[in-house]
Amino acid sequence: MKIIFTTTGLDWDSKMDPRFGRTEYFIIFDEDKDELTSYDNTAIADVAHGAGPQTAQKMFEFKPDILITGNGPGGNAARVLQNSNITIYIGAGNMTVKEAYDAFKNGKLRIY
Amino acid sequence: MKIAIASGKGGTGKTTLATNLASFLSESRETVLVDLDVEEPNSGLFIKGELFFQTDKFKMVPKWEKENCILCGNCQKVCNFNAIIKLPDHVMVFSKLCHSCYACSELCSTKSLPMQPEKIGALKHYKTNSLNFVESKLDVGQEQAVPLISQTKKYVDEQFQKKVIKIFDSPPGTSCPVIEATKNADFVILVTEPTPFGLYDLKLAVETMRELGNKTGVVINRYGIGNDDVIDYCRKEKIDILARISNDRKIAELYSQGKLIYKDNSEFRFQLEKISDYLFLREA
Repeated sequence: MKIIFTTTGLDWDSKMDPRFGRTEYFIIFDEDKDELTSYDNTAIADVAHGAGPQTAQKMFEFKPDILITGNGPGGNAARVLQNSNITIYIGAGNMTVKEAYDAFKNGKLRIY
Repeated sequence: MKIAIASGKGGTGKTTLATNLASFLSESRETVLVDLDVEEPNSGLFIKGELFFQTDKFKMVPKWEKENCILCGNCQKVCNFNAIIKLPDHVMVFSKLCHSCYACSELCSTKSLPMQPEKIGALKHYKTNSLNFVESKLDVGQEQAVPLISQTKKYVDEQFQKKVIKIFDSPPGTSCPVIEATKNADFVILVTEPTPFGLYDLKLAVETMRELGNKTGVVINRYGIGNDDVIDYCRKEKIDILARISNDRKIAELYSQGKLIYKDNSEFRFQLEKISDYLFLREA
């Protein structure tokens, strides 16, 4: 399974980014290959309007099964994500990526 | 003659001045008051008239038709406002973000994004004994005030002759809606209060109006509170102070009852006379 996290850094110890559309980075964890990759989304800071749909579209390209984030996507981003089979988990905004992954595995995160 | 009433800071008294000045001027000249604060129009709280005309207002947005679309993604590339997202198997339009520039529609090689109207709000035109009053209101959920403001100004241009005095009650701030509301005005009255907040936002408003090439003057409301920094600033920048409206409880009481101030308050009326003399004697 492929899991994508909204994060403020590039490794397991990074803090999660509670924001969806304006998240600084994504980290993508491929459980089958045990492989961690990342994507730099910091250019989104220059986008005045429509950040959510842009970030959602970028995420699509990684074809994740699971999205783990903090506050959850806004209305526009949610409309984009509805076109995918991604299951969204929220409430991990104050955790590190590792903690968020463990919380997800232990069923502690809420489905959006 | 077009007179816009604006301010940097919100809550300085734009609507109080706009409604009273328009009503006062209409006693001697043909006048129309236009509420261009379309996100929250409130001149209507003070001007009660009979509804003369109303109409819905629209903006043009693209609608995706999938039949001939080849999913080339050009529409997303040419959109400066991130209003179009191309997904692997379809195209999504976020009409609230669309600025009606037509680029996606015109540049689509398969004509899969025809433009169509979307309702954004409504315009109402009222008449009292002496005053015309036009207000527009944006629908809940609509984010863009500019198209509705420009359509409202167009309506006023078409309905009233050039010589008619048009008072535009503008939105607060210095962003796009204010620029749309104040551009091409013959004069812009900036309402401020003599406080550090008032001065800070007045400076932003003055800089914005200078960029637009608008002539400006200042009205100080709630005069008597704060300090003299606004007066010093206006003197230094050679901006005329048209009137000073006292910080008077009686004014606040009349306002809270939805009444026009100048009809019951001779000092307030005197300040309006000063503004009127400034605007019209200077012109003559």
